[in-house]
Amino acid sequence: MSQSQDTLATDIATDLQLFEQMQFLRLFADKVDTLYRQGVTRGPAHLGQGQEAIAVGAASVLRRDDWSIATYRGHAHALSRGAPAAAVLKELLGRVGGICAGKGGSMHITSVEHGYVGSYAIVGAHLPVACGLAWASRIQRSERVTLCFFGDGAVNIGAFHEALNLAAVWALPVVFICENNGYMEYTPIADVIPVRRPAADRAPAYGLEPIAIDGNDVTAVRAAVGTAVDRARAGAGPSLVEAVTYRFGGHSCADPGDYRSPSEVTAAKARDPLLLTRTALVSAGVSDSELDAVRARLEADVQALATEALAAPVHDPVTAWSDMWSDGSASWRN
Amino acid sequence: MAKLTYRDAVSAALAQEMARDERVVLIGEDIRSGGVFKTTRTLFDTFGPDRVWDTPISEEAIIGAAMGAAMAGLRPVAEIMFADFYATCWDLVANEVAKARYMTGGQISLPLVIRGANGGGLGFGAQHSQSLENWAMCVPGLKIVAPSCAADMAGLLAAAIRDDDPVLVFEHKALLGTSEELGEVEHLVPMGSARTVRVGRDVTLVALAVTVGMCVQAADELAAAGIDVEVLDLRTLVPLDARALLESVRRTGRAVIVEENPGQLGWGAGIAAIIAEEAFDDLVAPLVRVSGGNIPLPVARELEQEARPSPQRVVAAVQDVMAARGRRPVAPSLS
Repeated sequence: MSQSQDTLATDIATDLQLFEQMQFLRLFADKVDTLYRQGVTRGPAHLGQGQEAIAVGAASVLRRDDWSIATYRGHAHALSRGAPAAAVLKELLGRVGGICAGKGGSMHITSVEHGYVGSYAIVGAHLPVACGLAWASRIQRSERVTLCFFGDGAVNIGAFHEALNLAAVWALPVVFICENNGYMEYTPIADVIPVRRPAADRAPAYGLEPIAIDGNDVTAVRAAVGTAVDRARAGAGPSLVEAVTYRFGGHSCADPGDYRSPSEVTAAKARDPLLLTRTALVSAGVSDSELDAVRARLEADVQALATEALAAPVHDPVTAWSDMWSDGSASWRN
Repeated sequence: MAKLTYRDAVSAALAQEMARDERVVLIGEDIRSGGVFKTTRTLFDTFGPDRVWDTPISEEAIIGAAMGAAMAGLRPVAEIMFADFYATCWDLVANEVAKARYMTGGQISLPLVIRGANGGGLGFGAQHSQSLENWAMCVPGLKIVAPSCAADMAGLLAAAIRDDDPVLVFEHKALLGTSEELGEVEHLVPMGSARTVRVGRDVTLVALAVTVGMCVQAADELAAAGIDVEVLDLRTLVPLDARALLESVRRTGRAVIVEENPGQLGWGAGIAAIIAEEAFDDLVAPLVRVSGGNIPLPVARELEQEARPSPQRVVAAVQDVMAARGRRPVAPSLS
């Protein structure tokens, strides 16, 4: 039995762990939103409340040395691979100790040490990069698998097609995961695609199986991504998984998302991944008070993170000149 | 001693580095069969399918794959068949490759090379003839190599492959058939070091790639007229050997910058600014640039020649500088 199938053996302890991770991501994102509104974060922030089951479920089937790569909506992907939340928050606030040394900010959170090789903010551009990570696995005869997350809007950019085609032709060990939240920025995805399912309906064009799952069901995400990861690790090539979800907030913190009807948002929140997992746990015998206690503990953790980040010093301007060239210099001429 | 063409210098450097370091892998279109310019001949036979990879016509996939593989510990050399095709993958080059190290606070290293055929003179037309070093020069994070001769082609390409930063290598199409005798030594020329091709007293010609030969030819003509010309081959624009540039210009007091790209914002503008800012007091005559025309490159021989720099234009420019007249208009399109 492969490792990812092994970890699929669901039990209450696992579900509790997944619940806790998703709950943390939710509270973390809510805190970032608050800090944004207080004007203490730097630059835009694209949050993912409502989409947590995808990041958490997918990361849960990976080995430590697998790669993952995602978009500007990448906080959850970084944190679910183990990136230190304090360093992520300091990056969002532009403070010393930020995970990208103040150079990346919200849209470029990266933690190579944890296998999370970056958040990329040009839609679709990182799909070819995922091919390269997976191509290296082939050349190096490594079992390392690459997960590549992207939004539904990315399916209409050329890099998506180039990457899917190359991955299929070269049988690369990469799993492409479309987080279909229904909107490409402010526009319904249905308005800009000629098929019903943005990713799944295009899979056959690359010789891939169409796979569409409930992206709010963390168990379904684990199952589908686990199978795809096993396939990739076994040398059977790439997969394209469309995980259907909903973005509770706007495209970014600056977007109230009011192009959606309140009834649509309310209906989506009835399928909140946290709620679904919580319901499953309660019906398996976990008490509400235990889950409330988890939440209370995480709230305190997040508050402590914010307090720590807000107390961190601002960057010394001279550090703008570091991290440029591999020899440590910032100079292009002598 | 073996005579090596500029074309074979490319494959010689690739073979040398692939033999030296198994992390060096090649990716591009048609490269297993040698490529349309025959710059990767024999490499597939020598190194096999794990080291030489043919791709679909997908420039974004090529650059993205090279970037991802570099992140994962390989040292890829990607080929973009014609430099003009950078326009189809410039997002990957300028937004991803150039910025990954910096915007991750130094977490990502990208030891990769992107090489491709550059420049005009062969009638390939507006979409296959451009000289595009200046595009890259606008983007911090890219190193830029543009060799003028076989020895530099081999040596600088090897150095680019050993470098831990992204390097764009521009191989000039019109130079592929040129050759020179090279010793049986390791090819390696450090980046960031200009080469004084010809020592002179009166004026410094600042050149790159194909314009180096034009400047040498002009210098020979001018010598007959008693003008002693220095020719400086910059070889790499980033890193730039500004020290050598300024030393030469301060000594001669005159500079003519000869660039193939359109003058409206060619690399020569940046060089001119450095000279103006840092050696103005040493100049005894105004700076002059000899540039490509500000038009797409036409195909017919006479039209293409009209739009490119030439030894004759360099001679005229030097005569202007020696007469301290500044630049005289050569054709309306060039002004």
